[in-house]
Amino acid sequence: MLKISNLNTFYGHIHALKGISMEIKKGEVVSLIGSNGAGKSSTLGSIAGLVRTQSGNVTFMDKDITNMSPHNIVKLGISLSPEGREVFPALTVQENLRLGAYTKKDKVKMSESFTRVYDLFPRLKERIKQTAGTLSGGEQQMLAIGRALMSEPQLLMLDEPSLGLAPNLVLMIFELIESINKQGTTILLIEQNANMALSVSHRAYVLETGNISMTGNAKELANDPRVKKAYLGIG
Amino acid sequence: MSGILTRNCVATVIIQQLFNGLALGMAYALIAVGYSLVFGILRLINFSHGAVYAFSAHIALLFVGLNFGIIPAIILSIVLTGILGVLIDKTALEPLRMNNSIPMASLITTIGMSNIIQNLLMIFFNTERKSFPAFFDFGMIKFGSVQVNSTQVVMFVVSLILLVFLTLIINKTKLGLAMRATEQNSKAASLMGINTNFVISATFFLGGASAAIAGVLISGYYQIVYPGMGFMVGLKAFAAAVLGGIGVLYGSVVGGLVVGVSESYAATFMGSSYRDSVAFIILILVLIIRPTGLFGKKDIKKV
Repeated sequence: MLKISNLNTFYGHIHALKGISMEIKKGEVVSLIGSNGAGKSSTLGSIAGLVRTQSGNVTFMDKDITNMSPHNIVKLGISLSPEGREVFPALTVQENLRLGAYTKKDKVKMSESFTRVYDLFPRLKERIKQTAGTLSGGEQQMLAIGRALMSEPQLLMLDEPSLGLAPNLVLMIFELIESINKQGTTILLIEQNANMALSVSHRAYVLETGNISMTGNAKELANDPRVKKAYLGIG
Repeated sequence: MSGILTRNCVATVIIQQLFNGLALGMAYALIAVGYSLVFGILRLINFSHGAVYAFSAHIALLFVGLNFGIIPAIILSIVLTGILGVLIDKTALEPLRMNNSIPMASLITTIGMSNIIQNLLMIFFNTERKSFPAFFDFGMIKFGSVQVNSTQVVMFVVSLILLVFLTLIINKTKLGLAMRATEQNSKAASLMGINTNFVISATFFLGGASAAIAGVLISGYYQIVYPGMGFMVGLKAFAAAVLGGIGVLYGSVVGGLVVGVSESYAATFMGSSYRDSVAFIILILVLIIRPTGLFGKKDIKKV
């Protein structure tokens, strides 16, 4: 479904992605793990069109999307829930979600999207008229994920969805990731919480300073001594 | 006897000048909205806006001169001035944004654009003061002992309708929602599938079109146009926008009215040499007490 080959991205003089290649198949949950500054967010940014890439390419469903504008990439069916939530603080929950479905022209489809998101996050339904800035961190995270789902993406990318949340909310978010995937959405996940990420993923890539150092089945990676040592805090 | 008469006269003047100021103030509000809209979305003070206003008056005059008729001339002026706003952004400001240049560069660029437009107006229309038709003069309208010029009534009502219309666009339409989203977080807006450059163009178009309507109204009121006409009016409208709280639409309306009414009273009671300074004195006083303006919100920093 999504194929990245030999992608290079720079921020000024910093070589953030050093020719990475990866692939995501339809229906999978794939996670990217790695420490701060390893290039996880740069990878998602490059796919979503937020960051310009110098060389290499990104193809989505056999279409070259390298360096396309973000708003055109959304139309093709890729949606990103960015790091730090980035909800629109002065807009209501409903307006935030409405914006998630900005590319949808069909009124019926849009109301189906609303129903789906409110089913997944009943809490948001209670806060429908509240501005996003007044929500708690967990609720804002739900809103960010819900908003990304409103466009009914083929591929949903989540950047640190559990960051800064209480443990019970972290569990809830990961359960949601599994159920969103079961409804047919392919997911690319970035997490500091590698343990949780690997437990819901089919496969994973480990990023180290702009390079992919390991890849494989999520269960195997979770048992790999190097991963255990570096990212799971065991051993 | 004479004391009562004088008092009546004074009351009449006060009321008449109030109408005068309200009409002028509403037109200022229309220009102020242009500053406010662009500031909201780009955090940029668009100093070319006064020249854009002057451009609109000249274009309307040009088409009236070519016998297009009044209404078509106004419509053409609105559309072309809106397009001028878009062109300013596309040619000068968008390239700067693309290169992530410092905000100061855009600010200086708008001042440069202002000079370019003003000079082009001088080249094509020469520097003379040209008389402008009194479009909206249908004689005087009497409210009791107070007589109001119909031009003032038209100015007030047309501006009010347009401001309501703009508010509806921003609060009720999909474009307006996209504008508000881009204003708060343009990166997140682009992730929603919003073409933020299009939204910015639309904002400049709306700002230019509003300035054009104000340009036609105010020129029809003073019946005079010249290339430098946008300078003082532009500054006053900017003062109105800041006074009301820049970025807040109804703030611009209140700011415009305060500027218009105070100008009108200053001209009557303190002599016309004070008319231009009073707006700024009020602005300074308000900013000392409320640095964000009357209705200004604390800047919503990206969370």
